[in-house]
Formats: sequence, C-alpha cells, structure tokens
Amino acid sequence: MGYPAVQFSRVVKAYGEGETEVRALDGVDLTIPTGELVAVMGPSGCGKSTLLHLAGGLEHPTAGAVAVNGRDLSALDAARRAALRRDEVGFVFQRLNLIASLTAVENVALPLELGGMSAKEARPLAVEALASVGLSQQLDRFPDHFSGGQQQRIAIARAVVGGRGLLLADEPTGSLDSRTADEMVELLASLPSRFGATVVLVTHEPRFASWADRVVFMRDGQVVDQTRTTPPDEPVVAPADELVP
Amino acid sequence: MTVREGLLALLHEGPRHGYQLKTEFEAATGGVWPLNVGQVYTTLDRLERDGLVRITGAGESSAQKVYEITREGTDELGAWWEAVPAEDPPPRDELMLKVLMAIEHGHQHGLRVVTRQRTELLALLQRKRRERTAAGDTGGLAAELVTEALMARAEADLRWLDRCEAVLVEQQSNRTKGSK
Ligand SMILES: Nc1ncnc2c1ncn2[C@@H]1O[C@H](COP(=O)(O)OP(=O)(O)O)[C@@H](O)[C@H]1O
Ligand SMILES: [Mg+2]
Repeated sequence: MGYPAVQFSRVVKAYGEGETEVRALDGVDLTIPTGELVAVMGPSGCGKSTLLHLAGGLEHPTAGAVAVNGRDLSALDAARRAALRRDEVGFVFQRLNLIASLTAVENVALPLELGGMSAKEARPLAVEALASVGLSQQLDRFPDHFSGGQQQRIAIARAVVGGRGLLLADEPTGSLDSRTADEMVELLASLPSRFGATVVLVTHEPRFASWADRVVFMRDGQVVDQTRTTPPDEPVVAPADELVP
Repeated sequence: MTVREGLLALLHEGPRHGYQLKTEFEAATGGVWPLNVGQVYTTLDRLERDGLVRITGAGESSAQKVYEITREGTDELGAWWEAVPAEDPPPRDELMLKVLMAIEHGHQHGLRVVTRQRTELLALLQRKRRERTAAGDTGGLAAELVTEALMARAEADLRWLDRCEAVLVEQQSNRTKGSK
C-alpha cells in the first residue's frame, strides 16, 4: 500500500531510428492509483497500447522509468520482471485471449501453473475466479463453445486469478455487440470495489470511459489532459489562465 | 415544448386542479423543469381566455378550481404532437461557437479549448453515471430517460470534438511538412 499501482516518469518509447524513428510515447508522466478504474482515450496511433505494454512490463522504455507497485521495472532483472508480470499483472486484449486447446478452467489456471502451482491446487482458484465473473457452468468446455462475451469474461478471470491486482485491458469490447460490451465494462468497473484491483481500460467509447474514476486523454504520444476525481456535486473548475490566448 | 403545451397534454388525460398540474408537470419532465404555482395559474388563465380550457366545478378560491380541456384545446394539442422540430435549426450551439472562436485565435488555442471541453464533457458523463448508479431504480422512468438524453448529447458532442481534434492536428502536420 502507499505506492500507486503504476507510475510513469518522463517515459519515452521510440521505435526505429533516425529518419524513421517513431515516438510512440513522448515524455509521459502518469500516476495510476491503486484500486482505481482508469480509462485511456485518444485517436488511433497515439500510443495507448504502447502505454499498456510498458505498464505490464511487456516492453521497456527508451528513456524514463515505469514503476509497478513502487518497483522500478528497469531495476529488476529479467527473472524478477517475469515473475512480477505473471503474479501481479493480467492482460485482456480485443480478441485472441484464450488458448483454443485448453478448457475454460484450464485457461484460467494456466498463469498459476506457470507460476509453479500444481494443477490440483490451481483448479479451485480458477473456478473461484470464473465464478467472480459470473461463469459457473460448463467450465470444462473449450473456448469456442462460449459466446464472445463469455470468452472475454474467461479472459478477465484469467487476468485476475490468484489475486493479481493490476488488470490492463486494451479495447476489450472491440469485438462485442453493444449490450455485451456494456455488461463487460460494468464487470470491469466492479473489480476495484470488489477486489481492490486496479484496472486500466483503453477504449474509444465515451460511455465506457464514463465508468472510470479517472479518464486520461492522449495525443501524439503524450498525455494531454485527464479528468480529476471529484465528488459528484463538486464543480470541476478549469484553470482559466490556460484557456486565455 | 412550452408550459402551455405541457399543461394541455396533462389536461387531455382528464380534469385537474392547478396544483396537481404543477406536480404532474414536474414529474413528467423528470425534475428538469420546476414550475411555481403562480406560473401555472397565469398559463391556465391564458388558456381559458383563448378557449382552450374551461373551468368546471369552480370553488371560491383558485386552488379549488378544476380545469378541463376544450375541443379547441384538444385540436391545438394534436397539432403540437404532429409538429416536428424545424428540420434545419440555426447552428447556434454554444459549444460549437466557442470552439470556432477559439480556432479563430489560432490552432494551438483551438486544440487547447477542444481538449479542455472534451475533458469537462467526459467528467460530466462520469458524474451522470455515478448519479444514476447511486439512484439505482428509484429515480423513475422520466429521470432515467433524462439522464440518457444528457449522456447521448454529451457523447455526440464528444465525437464532434474528436473530429475537431483530428482536423486541427492534420492541418498542423500539413503545415509543418509544408514549411520544411
Ligand atoms: N512494434 C512497433 N514498431 C514500430 N512502430 C510501432 C510499434 N508499435 C507501435 N508503433 C507505433 O507507435 C505509435 C503508437 O502505437 P500504439 O501504441 O499501438 O497506438 P494506439 O494503441 O493508441 O493505437 C504508432 O505510430 C505505431 O505505428
Ligand atoms: Mg492500440
């Protein structure tokens, strides 16, 4: 406790070199407090996915530092980084989240088994995680037996199983119809209060972002603004000086 | 809709007292349009003068008067239900004018104002979402649909602001390319 779930300090992420260099992130300072749902919005190509990849330790910054639960990722050796990724971070993508040859419960148990747990120990935890996302039937069926919305629920269960506290979701509603997508976002929004989890949700949809405690706007690799978390009836006052040309 | 049209619509369901009309008007409009009783009686007086309502079962005080809709009142109400808001309203929208004026001051300022407006609108959506979650099902149908309308409008405005941003950014990058 005490540390934010994720802290970006002057983070730059560049791909390519010289003439062809692309700065996917260009000096990002961002704090994601523990136990919040934070939505990230911005036009396509502005760096949202890159931000998630760095927050989850899938990629490393070109400059600056990323800390997860107070630990600077670049100060960890490869093994510790892998362990942190496995034990503390879960990803949900737009699609292709599940392994087709494993059953629902096996998919969810997989990260625990990769962490060294026996299948026997992992199973009840996987079943519990599936129940927490509203799935308690036919858990031994393969992913293609389930609807798109159910598959995304299984992916969420896999991301939070074993008490992992940081869930990074990259347009997870992209392939769902609007009603299923609504339910999915409502489920994601319930994770902070139910489990103390931190959720970072990349989305294009204002109605989904409105569930968030905080909404971060990006443009060209930078964070350009964010909504403050204020009590419902407290007016949000914009600093007027910024807006006077 | 005017208060006049709203009262005719309520009277179409049957005769009512002035105070009852006030309460029903406010409930029907989901609490977004509070009326004072004086306003209701002034409007009823005009409706009576124009022959659109009449008083039945009059008592001593105005509080005891019961109003009912006339044939002419029903016709006028019918015409109002049929009327479609003008197809081409003058595009005099506060947000749009603000952004246009901001761009007039230069691209950078335009982008800043677009960004700020978008953040505030999203914050509004967040507040509405929280209010609605807190109210649960207790707010009633009208209140729920009022929130839906506000949210739908905010979403439409947000999409438009996204478009403004895209156009401003594109113009800017064309300029920098052109100046190289
Ligand atoms: N692996 C990569 N190699 C080269 N360029 C990349 C790579 N990943 C992302 N980019 C570039 O970085 C920018 C940001 O990409 P991304 O984070 O995927 O944006 P978003 O998710 O907001 O659409 C884009 O210009 C993209 O083309
Ligand atoms: Mg992306």
